[in-house]
Amino acid sequence: MIQVLLFAHLREQVGCENLTIHKKQMTVKEFKELMEKQYKLSTQEVMIAINEEYATDSDVIAEGDTVALIPPVSGG
Amino acid sequence: MFDIVSCPIDTGKVIKQVEHRNAGAIVTFIGTVREMTQDKKTLYLEYEAYEPMARGMLTNIGKEIEKKWPDTVTAIAHRIGHLEVGDIAVVIAVSSPHRSDAYEANRYAIERIKTLVPIWKKEHWEDGDMWIGNQEGTISYTDHQ
Repeated sequence: MIQVLLFAHLREQVGCENLTIHKKQMTVKEFKELMEKQYKLSTQEVMIAINEEYATDSDVIAEGDTVALIPPVSGG
Repeated sequence: MFDIVSCPIDTGKVIKQVEHRNAGAIVTFIGTVREMTQDKKTLYLEYEAYEPMARGMLTNIGKEIEKKWPDTVTAIAHRIGHLEVGDIAVVIAVSSPHRSDAYEANRYAIERIKTLVPIWKKEHWEDGDMWIGNQEGTISYTDHQ
C-alpha cells in the first residue's frame, strides 16, 4: 500500500487529504500519470515528495512509502 | 529553533533563541499579512503546511546557512491557519559576530522558504478566494544547495 497526501488546491479538487494506492512499486512518473488519469489532476507544476524528500520522475515509490503531491509553495 | 506553529508567533522568543555572547548582530525578518496586492484587497489568509516535511526543510535551511556563513545561529518560526491582515506569518532571526553575515543569511532563509518549504497560502478576497502558488517563478525543487 502506498499512502498519498494532498494539499492546498489539490486537496480541495479531490475532496480529501489522503488516498491509498494498492501497488507494490511504481516510478514517480507512473504515479503522476495515475493521478492525472484517475483524479484528473494536473501535475505539470507539482513536485512529488517521497517520505518527506523531494523526488524526481525516475525515482521509485515502494510499498509503505508516503507520497505527497506538492503544488508550487507560497509560504513566507 | 525551526518550527511550524498554529498560534501567534512571539517574535521576542525567536530572537532569544539566537542570542549568545559572541553575537555582534542579530537580523530579524518579520513577514506580515499585506492587505493590498495590486488592486486586490485581502480580507484574511489561510496557511496550510505539510508539517513534518516543512519542519525538516526549515531545519535543512538552518544547516545550509551554518555551512555558508559559519558562526551564525538561525531560528525560524512559520505560522499556519487563519491569519488576519497585519498578523505575523513568519519570523526569521539570524545572529552572527558581524552584521553582514546576519543580513545575507537572513535574506537567504526567506528566499529558500519561498521556493522550497511545503507551505501554501489561500488568499480570501472580497470577491472570492484562491490558493497561491509559484510566487517565485518555476524552479527546480530538488535543487538542494
